[in-house]
Amino acid sequence: MKEFTKGLIKENPTFVQLLGMCPTLAVTTSVINALGMGLSATAVLIASNVVISLLRKFIPNKIRIASYIVVIAGFVSVIEMLLSAFLPEISKALGVFIPLIVVNCIILARAEAFASKNTVGASALDGLGMGLGFTMALTLIGAIRELLGAGSLLGINVLGSGFMPATILILPPGAFLVLGIILGVINLIKAKKGGDSK
Amino acid sequence: MSLIIELVLLSLGTILVNNFVLVQFMGICPFLGVSRKVSTAFGMSMAVTFVMTVASGVTYLLQTYVLNVFHIEYMQTVAFILVIAVLVQFVEMVLEKMMPALYNALGIYLPLITTNCAVLGVAILNITNGYDFIHSVTYGFSGGLSFTLAILLFAGVRERLETADIPEALKGFPIALITAGLIAMAFLGFQGLKF
Repeated sequence: MKEFTKGLIKENPTFVQLLGMCPTLAVTTSVINALGMGLSATAVLIASNVVISLLRKFIPNKIRIASYIVVIAGFVSVIEMLLSAFLPEISKALGVFIPLIVVNCIILARAEAFASKNTVGASALDGLGMGLGFTMALTLIGAIRELLGAGSLLGINVLGSGFMPATILILPPGAFLVLGIILGVINLIKAKKGGDSK
Repeated sequence: MSLIIELVLLSLGTILVNNFVLVQFMGICPFLGVSRKVSTAFGMSMAVTFVMTVASGVTYLLQTYVLNVFHIEYMQTVAFILVIAVLVQFVEMVLEKMMPALYNALGIYLPLITTNCAVLGVAILNITNGYDFIHSVTYGFSGGLSFTLAILLFAGVRERLETADIPEALKGFPIALITAGLIAMAFLGFQGLKF
């Protein structure tokens, strides 16, 4: 159980480990995009963790990174085709960032740090936990940006005029600002907690 | 002549209007990771520009003469990432043999480039945008330059931040992200340039 829960908060890949920043910033303009990216990455993460864990005794140490990338790229291609077949709108909105899941450092980091050393079951749970932690983080950022930037939670504002101060949040700079402020708030909470326990 | 103008406009558009890092969010990891000093940022961006240019050309050829011919377009992601990984390794070996000075300057950054999403991103975008060989290479090169511009500006600001008086909770990563947000905001000004 520890393998599953640690990814959600304590070792959250986005907010604590600061991995996978590109998709975090790029696709969080709305909740639906954030969920789509988070769940796709989760699926790839679980599948690649399981396969890499199964193969961990067979992959030679020297070419392990290349082998991991091939396994991950295979699953990303599967997800890419599934999305374009069944959810064409999300596939269009996420665009180039779906194939770019291959180079999402969270997945490679879990393969290297966890799946290559642990049993299949533990690796699957680890992938699920990390993936859901990533999804939660993306959804939180997406919700803040969509709510303040477009005034909705499932619709998209197409007016895009630079006059409304909140519009900035769904434009590229908003991604940096929102994530920066969230991390600041997390640091503040951590500092407070640390102060209490002393 | 019109081709040259077209290529210049393509690169200006890539560098300023659709900046790879600040507008399209590619290559954020090295952008945040190696931007503490201007000198390391410069080394990294030179290596990235080089690999992006070569990778654009090679992946274009691969797509046109291998994947399209054999109708295995669905292998794109797997094929491209492998090509990029091999290419980075190859570039590393060639530089080490032929240009040791450059290798010493770029050496430590080269392995990191495989997982830079700007490289895979530019390769895939070339195909999605339907560019031909010359346009692909130009797009790759100007993509690299746009990374260079963004990371150099950012590193310059970050060097100053070291001595600034920042609230405790914002120190480190949060303030870096907010700085990047402000730079990105400045780049929004270029959106008015439409070619």
